[in-house]
Amino acid sequence: MADLNSRGMSREQISIPPDGAPLDVQPAWRQDFPIDWPQDLYVERRDFMKFMVLTSAAFTLGQVCIGLQNWYRKQTGQPPVRRIASVDDIAVGAAIGFAYPDEHEPCLLVRLTTNEFVAFGQKCTHLSCAVIPQPAEGSFYCPCHEGRFDLRTGVPIAGPPRRPLTRVVLERRGQDIYAVGVEERTT
Amino acid sequence: MSAPARRPFSREQRLTIIQGMLVFVLIVVVLQLWLLTATMNAWLGGDESIVWPAAAASAAGLALNVGLFLYLTRLERTRSGGS
Repeated sequence: MADLNSRGMSREQISIPPDGAPLDVQPAWRQDFPIDWPQDLYVERRDFMKFMVLTSAAFTLGQVCIGLQNWYRKQTGQPPVRRIASVDDIAVGAAIGFAYPDEHEPCLLVRLTTNEFVAFGQKCTHLSCAVIPQPAEGSFYCPCHEGRFDLRTGVPIAGPPRRPLTRVVLERRGQDIYAVGVEERTT
Repeated sequence: MSAPARRPFSREQRLTIIQGMLVFVLIVVVLQLWLLTATMNAWLGGDESIVWPAAAASAAGLALNVGLFLYLTRLERTRSGGS
């Protein structure tokens, strides 16, 4: 280093090796191809920062995508009123499947008592596996990660799911049961 | 009378500056990640009121990060003799 100083090089031009020892005590290969450690640290932090800024942009893009999806969801309007089943089609303690509001949204209609019906989306709120109704145990069961939802309310009671199942709003007209809307919930 | 030329930062100073920036950027990115997951959870749960405010907050975080990065590139230009 003293040699470099004597050659009139500024401190910024001197390569500092990783161990900080003078260049003349470094191995020959490092003298031939010196690594400037402070510059190396600077460049790797700058590249990492660049990557983090790109990550930040990706998160913002994700937020915008949610916004656009929200806008699209509003454009589709209210779900249609659709007849699901007749009261006689389903026994007490049994469940039948149907699709609502479109064919990509499988749902389950459960008859709790003679006059009590509930319907929920069949997609688990954890990772969208199909839940299985288990009326005898009073729950919907998700076999993927052992999740359970209350049969009456759709609220998660065990396993990884945190949000309740999507509730399908029902309306009884005479002997027929109609789906009239869906209700997303956070609690 | 022209203003005196500003002395460029030394290597050690730039390293300290970039470490400080990096800490700030990382905090903002973690906040953005939390914001994204919280927004997604709320939106899937039917709460639409926070979607655009959260997007605006995330965009503000991005603007801060980009601003810091631009400052860094300006710092490097100064070092290499540019304006």
